[in-house]
Amino acid sequence: MSEEFKVEIVNPEKSFLVKDDVSEVVVPAFEGEMGILKDHISIISFLKPGIIKILSKSGDENYYVEDGIVEFKNNNLSILTSTIFNLADMDKSKQQDLLKQAEEEANKTDINDQSKYLADQKVEVLKTLN
Amino acid sequence: MASLDDLKKRIASVKSTQKITKAMKMVAAAKLRRAQESAEKGRPYSEKMNNVILNLSNGISDRENAPKLLSGTGQEKTHLCVVMTSDRGLCGGFNSNIIKKAKSYFAKILDEGKELKIITVGSKGNDQLKRVYGDKIIENISFKESKNANYFDADKVGKMVIEKFEAGEFDVCTIFYNQFKNVITQIPQAQQIIPLNNEGEENSSEESYEFEPDEDEILSNLLPKNISTQIFKAMLENSASEQGSRMSAMDNATRNAGEMVDKLTIEYNRSRQAAITKELIEIISGAESL
Repeated sequence: MSEEFKVEIVNPEKSFLVKDDVSEVVVPAFEGEMGILKDHISIISFLKPGIIKILSKSGDENYYVEDGIVEFKNNNLSILTSTIFNLADMDKSKQQDLLKQAEEEANKTDINDQSKYLADQKVEVLKTLN
Repeated sequence: MASLDDLKKRIASVKSTQKITKAMKMVAAAKLRRAQESAEKGRPYSEKMNNVILNLSNGISDRENAPKLLSGTGQEKTHLCVVMTSDRGLCGGFNSNIIKKAKSYFAKILDEGKELKIITVGSKGNDQLKRVYGDKIIENISFKESKNANYFDADKVGKMVIEKFEAGEFDVCTIFYNQFKNVITQIPQAQQIIPLNNEGEENSSEESYEFEPDEDEILSNLLPKNISTQIFKAMLENSASEQGSRMSAMDNATRNAGEMVDKLTIEYNRSRQAAITKELIEIISGAESL
């Protein structure tokens, strides 16, 4: 029996990615990284800024996301996100732009704890990429 | 009767108007295809979002303490209406239809003695509403600079709505937009987004989900996003409707201009002939009298 399942990433503008030969997906869930394999229990969770790793036969892919929701059900993984970039397509200047934005956000004083936490996360993740 | 010269000028001017409307129709048709495509592409996101929220709200154990965005503030005193229109005119009844729908809703609310606040998105709606409801409009947003509807803009509107909700400025929020059915038909819609209205869909999957973190926390994170998503959906539908409406309006205008040119041409030919006949009669009767 195959150990593969289907993953679908959707952003508001379009269906970003559909793959049905995925063996494992690691998502940056809010309470820590979460690896999802076939026949995982149905789960809903949301994401913090981080890297989505998709492992499949046709090669591994990494995506940077800033937020989102994951839903896993009947071996279908749906990821809804408003901001997503393929790391392979992301060049240094784009990274720097995002980092600058995130840093500015993190340095704001008038934001609440949660947005502050999220902004810090962004900075951290983006720094590790460089 | 107009002189030959005048007729000639009028024919020329109607013809050039026809050229313009024809060109606008073509442009609208091209834009329509793109807008329609992005409206279709945007659907999975809002559908999935709805699904997840449905599953979540069914799983909520404690309905009393559900997030306010879902269950409402418990009263219905102040209504916020987000009226979404276009920034450009010449698109048939597109804007008037939304405004008509919105106005009848406004009248109903005011009749019931409730308070009304309006946010207009798009300058055309603001133009039409400010005469009667000028004092009710609290915000006017326009995205003239952005070429296509994008999520970033929708998010801005969504954040603003949520901010106002959290500040307790209103209890119920409704958005008005045109739903795209096909090129000829666009249906003005009033959709309530706060509190979330998902009656009649109780019997979704019985499958239980695992939640991480718990339902309440996910919901309170998700609901604001859903507002932006719904607004974005409305924007996409609206832009497809706008182009569709403009296309059929311009098509009609082109056809009418064509009919007018035909009529004017017949009139022109008649008067030309009449002039020739008159001249002939004059010559003949002049020769006879000699």
